[in-house]
Amino acid sequence: MTQFINLTLNGISNGAIYGIVALALVLIWRATRIVNFAQGAMLMLTTYLSSAMISGGAPYWVAVIGAVGCGLVIGAIVELVLIRRVENGPPLNAVIVTLGLLIFIEALAGMIWSSTPRSYPAAFSLQGYKVGSTTILFSPNDTFIVGMVAVVAALLGLLFTRTNLGLRLRAAAFAPEVARLLGVKVGRMFTLGWALAAGIGALAGVLVAPSTFLGPHTFDPILIFAFAAAVLGGLDSPLGALVGGLVVGLVLSYVSGYEGEALAPLAALAVLLLTLMARPTGLFSAAKERRV
Amino acid sequence: MLRVSGLTCDYGPVRALSGVDLELGEGQITAVLGANGAGKTTLLRTLSGLVRPTQGSIQFEGHELTRLRVEQIVSLGLVHVPEGRGVIAELTVEENLRLGALVRGGDGGSLADAYALFPPLERRRRQAAASLSGGERQMLSLARALLAKPRLLLLDEPSLGLAPKVVAELMATVKELAAQQRIAVLLVEQNARSALSIADRAVVLHLGKVVAKASAAELLADQGLLHHYLGY
Amino acid sequence: MSGAEVAGKLQPTAVTRRGRLVNLRGFAGSLAIAVVALGLLIAVSYLVGEYRDEQLARGAFYFAAILGLTVVMGYGGKISLGHGALMAVGAYTVALLVADEHWPLAGAIAASAVVAAFVGLILGAAASRLHGPYLAGATLTFAVALPQLGNRFPETLGGENGLTINPPAPPGFLGANFPPERWYAWVAGIGAAVVLFFVLNFKRSVYGLLLRACRDDEVAAALAGIPVGRIQTFGFMVSAACAGVAGGLLTVVLQLAQPGAFPLELSLSLFAVAVIGGLGSLWGAVWGAALIVLLPNWSHDVANSLSLSGNVAYSMPLLIYGVLLTVAMLVWPSGIQGALRRVGRLGRRFASERLIRKQPLTEQGSS
Repeated sequence: MTQFINLTLNGISNGAIYGIVALALVLIWRATRIVNFAQGAMLMLTTYLSSAMISGGAPYWVAVIGAVGCGLVIGAIVELVLIRRVENGPPLNAVIVTLGLLIFIEALAGMIWSSTPRSYPAAFSLQGYKVGSTTILFSPNDTFIVGMVAVVAALLGLLFTRTNLGLRLRAAAFAPEVARLLGVKVGRMFTLGWALAAGIGALAGVLVAPSTFLGPHTFDPILIFAFAAAVLGGLDSPLGALVGGLVVGLVLSYVSGYEGEALAPLAALAVLLLTLMARPTGLFSAAKERRV
Repeated sequence: MLRVSGLTCDYGPVRALSGVDLELGEGQITAVLGANGAGKTTLLRTLSGLVRPTQGSIQFEGHELTRLRVEQIVSLGLVHVPEGRGVIAELTVEENLRLGALVRGGDGGSLADAYALFPPLERRRRQAAASLSGGERQMLSLARALLAKPRLLLLDEPSLGLAPKVVAELMATVKELAAQQRIAVLLVEQNARSALSIADRAVVLHLGKVVAKASAAELLADQGLLHHYLGY
Repeated sequence: MSGAEVAGKLQPTAVTRRGRLVNLRGFAGSLAIAVVALGLLIAVSYLVGEYRDEQLARGAFYFAAILGLTVVMGYGGKISLGHGALMAVGAYTVALLVADEHWPLAGAIAASAVVAAFVGLILGAAASRLHGPYLAGATLTFAVALPQLGNRFPETLGGENGLTINPPAPPGFLGANFPPERWYAWVAGIGAAVVLFFVLNFKRSVYGLLLRACRDDEVAAALAGIPVGRIQTFGFMVSAACAGVAGGLLTVVLQLAQPGAFPLELSLSLFAVAVIGGLGSLWGAVWGAALIVLLPNWSHDVANSLSLSGNVAYSMPLLIYGVLLTVAMLVWPSGIQGALRRVGRLGRRFASERLIRKQPLTEQGSS
């Protein structure tokens, strides 16, 4: 029973990360109809930059804000320089470009910082809370992670539904041509969408790095799990991304706990394929039949 | 206020518009008629900047539009309501309207005025635009355009798919608004009679060329012309 | 080629060949090509030293793997990022059969093709319904998930350390001093030649035709009566069999099959060089294999001469793949082979212009 509770708590904490990265993927998908396979690599890069800031003497919170800032800039640059050219072409070109970017960023990180994973500090204690005489698998840092994810998700929600900028972003995403005719600078909105997604990813990176360690390839599983979560929730649905993240986090946690960590990616594959077979548009999508 | 000269537009090897000349005065309603493929929609898309012309010039209130971007053209007061109405289905009625008001920054019309003009919209203000009927969508797109304080309104087949009674109401509304708010209107229609019933002048396009330019009354009277180019 | 054209090709004249996997007239041609390629490899293996022989061996099995990618991506139009995992299937099959069951090499490699084809069948059945980013994501997940199985079942699959086999000895008639590396190159070469033979035949067969029809226009193909899902699954199976053989040959050459040899980077590298080399063309597979084998060495040399750290050398090939892949997509969507073809076409046009002198260049349709 304790194991089940521990696994559940662990799943919630991991699920928050998968959910927020899935949210970044959904953001980009809604705006530009592209799956950003380089999302994991981009958040790895910003986490490395943040780590460099800490090594340079910056305090933790400054480095976190720095990471998000770098994310915003990197996201904007990627959209302007690379993605802009493939936004309107066949979807396969965009897939290949983001894959090329993934390969490039991971190689670049390997070159600059070597492939040996390094540690990244946590904001709060990683020691599990004590309930009576047992220590559960949920630490103050986990509370921080779940809390941050909830706050960021809520802020994004407010941005999109309550502000004029958010309205313009949504208009550009749903109907770019009509939005242009209403004076919305659609290109700028796409750049902003990518910047926001990269910024969110950067935050996820610094939140999860203490447990996964920081290496060029340590965030690859996060991309995979976040993708499965996004597809499960529906690539069009931000709420779906968060819920999907939670579900994937829980499923993977139970599988890892009862069957072994090595089976986690296989479980993610199973979730992905089941979703694509049974309900391709995802749990929360307004079942508009989309070609998968 | 609008002067189009020698407008030519190619889609690859296909010439969609060929040397189109057009003039519009303030508050005038001009109907643009023609069969399918005549170039009517291309004309509007070229005016609003979605398509770049191969040749020619578009003078609007002293600005040369062929060199401007779509967003700049819109902010000058040229508002294009596209084919199919361009209602953003995923947003609510109110959000669609807000987008219209945002075109002019803070100077857009007020939503209250829009609701006063089109009461059905107020009843459905928080519903997704996808749930609106054809006639209501037309109201929405028109209201949204008006909130952008246009000087020139481009309407692409507003009567498409609407019942005759609704079309009649729509045309009456357009005429009233054009007169009240001194808005020039370029009205593209396949339904020639309803367009001509409110227009001051008319232009007939055929295979990208202007084949007739006259006052609406003259054109209504010329059965031969209407029959030849429009099929009835 | 549209489904209508394909249906047109399936006319009475082709009826005698329809349904047969091998197209008889092309059979001899494919055999000749495969034999010549193998002969070239054998000749080269004599001319170069042991170190190069090892590279030759690796080039051979990477060539086989990339041929598989050419089938599924080039002819099938389906993106596959899980090729490294399929190689792992073949590699472990050979390792298990040779080390535990003492199968002969040839049989083990044939079995690796069959087992990998079976995995390809399962993967293909799921994947043939997917497109674009969904397919990419699914195969990417597969690439990460499958090799982990080695860690899950350490008793049978050796865990992190994997499985080893005894170095295959060159047969007696080659002489006592025959260098083992050359023998590995020959084994890999024979395996690759067999794969080349099959892929050439597949390409020229009706199934290859149907697969390309499905790639070009699925709706038209379905309307023409082609069972699109089954054909694409078959394409996946053929591609997986190629990868399985390649993985089996890898075990022969390295005498080792371990999870660490099949990381995500392998799948991504194979994908990258297949695209860069030129999808859908068999010469593109040659460029791709050459790139994968030679680039790491070249990077090491460059890094040493510039006194850059080992990290730079190690990651340089992938950096180059990443750049080339992105650039190729933006500038040359058909890869090196496509770019060469276009340069060749320009050259021919230029030459014919000079012959025809003063003739204005008319707008030719794109070929």
